[in-house]
Amino acid sequence: MKEFVLLFRQPNYDYRNTDPEKMKELGKKWQNWVSGIVSQNKLSSNGIRLSLEGKVLKPGGVITDGPFVEIKEKLGSFIVIKAESMEEATTLAHGCPAIDEGGSVEIRPVFS
Amino acid sequence: MKEEAQLIPNLFRKEFSKMVAVISKLFGLQHIELAEDIVSETFLAATETWRIKGTPQNPTAWLYTVAKQKTLQHFRRSKIFDKKIIPELSALQEKDHEMPELNFSHQNIRDSQLQMMFAICDPAIASEAQIGLALRILCGFGIDEIAEAFLSNKETINKRLFRAKEKLRSEKVKMELPSKNEIANRLNNVLHIIYLLFNEGYYSKTQNQILQKDLCIEAMRLALMLTEYERTNLPKTNALMALMCFHASRFSARQTSEDFFVLYEQQNEELWDKALINQGIHFLSLSAQGNEVTSYHLEARIAYWHCIKEDTKEKWEEILHHYNLLLQINYSPSVALNRAYALYKAKGKKAALTEAEKLHLTGNHFYYTLLGELYTDIDNQKAKENFQTAFSLAKTQTEKQLIQRKIYELN
Repeated sequence: MKEFVLLFRQPNYDYRNTDPEKMKELGKKWQNWVSGIVSQNKLSSNGIRLSLEGKVLKPGGVITDGPFVEIKEKLGSFIVIKAESMEEATTLAHGCPAIDEGGSVEIRPVFS
Repeated sequence: MKEEAQLIPNLFRKEFSKMVAVISKLFGLQHIELAEDIVSETFLAATETWRIKGTPQNPTAWLYTVAKQKTLQHFRRSKIFDKKIIPELSALQEKDHEMPELNFSHQNIRDSQLQMMFAICDPAIASEAQIGLALRILCGFGIDEIAEAFLSNKETINKRLFRAKEKLRSEKVKMELPSKNEIANRLNNVLHIIYLLFNEGYYSKTQNQILQKDLCIEAMRLALMLTEYERTNLPKTNALMALMCFHASRFSARQTSEDFFVLYEQQNEELWDKALINQGIHFLSLSAQGNEVTSYHLEARIAYWHCIKEDTKEKWEEILHHYNLLLQINYSPSVALNRAYALYKAKGKKAALTEAEKLHLTGNHFYYTLLGELYTDIDNQKAKENFQTAFSLAKTQTEKQLIQRKIYELN
């Protein structure tokens, strides 16, 4: 088994104005999706959650308030999964709620 | 008459563990067999004396007094023995050998039993031997009962217990309560053994229904003891207690006069023990404190929702949610299967089928039974194939009959 990182990107993570009920539904959707992977015993690590704010350091000591305005999709968070191949890892990424939000999942093998 | 005949076995079950704990505390855990012998001799004397002279006014006090005498006798004998073989023993040793009084006060019994629990649940001993030793020393089960519970024979159990006691000696396990900093961690082992003990009864290999119930009751008694002591009365202790109450509430409902279990779906909820369910709710509310969420908390919630017979969307969504969390703490194929079943109840057959197909738990007949269930009415041919695979993998006659009925209902 190899390890793969699934990176979730979404155009928007601002849920401040989202209805609490909808928020709860979204939480369940993520949980059900991840649990599907755990059910197959293929989750290596639950990753970490990234906060919305942040800084970016660029050449010449330029500091900006995050990369968020410059790229279309913000990096949300990640999980690490176990799979035999890139194909299997991609299959496991299917159904990820980030895609429903107009985002994407980037599948990257862990270098070993 | 019958009460008379049951008096000594009942006392044995109740007092054996207390007396062994108190005597072991005095002699040290390395002499645990000696403690067992003294208590067994005491009960033998009771059987003989009471038959002739009648049952004493206070049988428990009688037992304690005789146990004290026997301990003293043994002590004197071994003192002579020690003197003979170790003549160079100094006066210091002599002083050490002064007989302290056996103390059967409520307080000392409780403390000794708690210490014994922590000693026996020490991770140094392999867990199968541990359950056996717990049954013997903490619950006063006979070797033949333990053998029956494990579907094994006396000889194997005796060997296993012997090795476990050897391990107690070689690892120098002591009878003492862990320090305040250590206790939460060490408690995990104790709770785990109680949990295994309960499961041993609840999902027992034996067909003896009285024995099954006894195992569960003993597990609950041990956990109850932990809730009565401040330092072990933690939220997770209460969560385990709640879990056991909820399961135990269905004891009568799932048993028939034959050797069958009534499946959850077919149980008559009138037979569920409401008092135990309420006890469970009480412990569940006590468990909802602090930050730690253990698998006992999650399993207790799942068991709680199963105590509500009516199928609602909320019920199965809650059960699914808690199985999701449980999987992340503690993956096991059976949790994955149960989660798939909850998914079916909460989101329908199609959603569950997609997920269940990915599990690939080949070799597990429950898996094929679930697939058969999910394919029913979607693709009856596939349903039948899966039930047939389940049938060929099922181990017991009861299971085979249940699966056969499902195949029959398909046609």
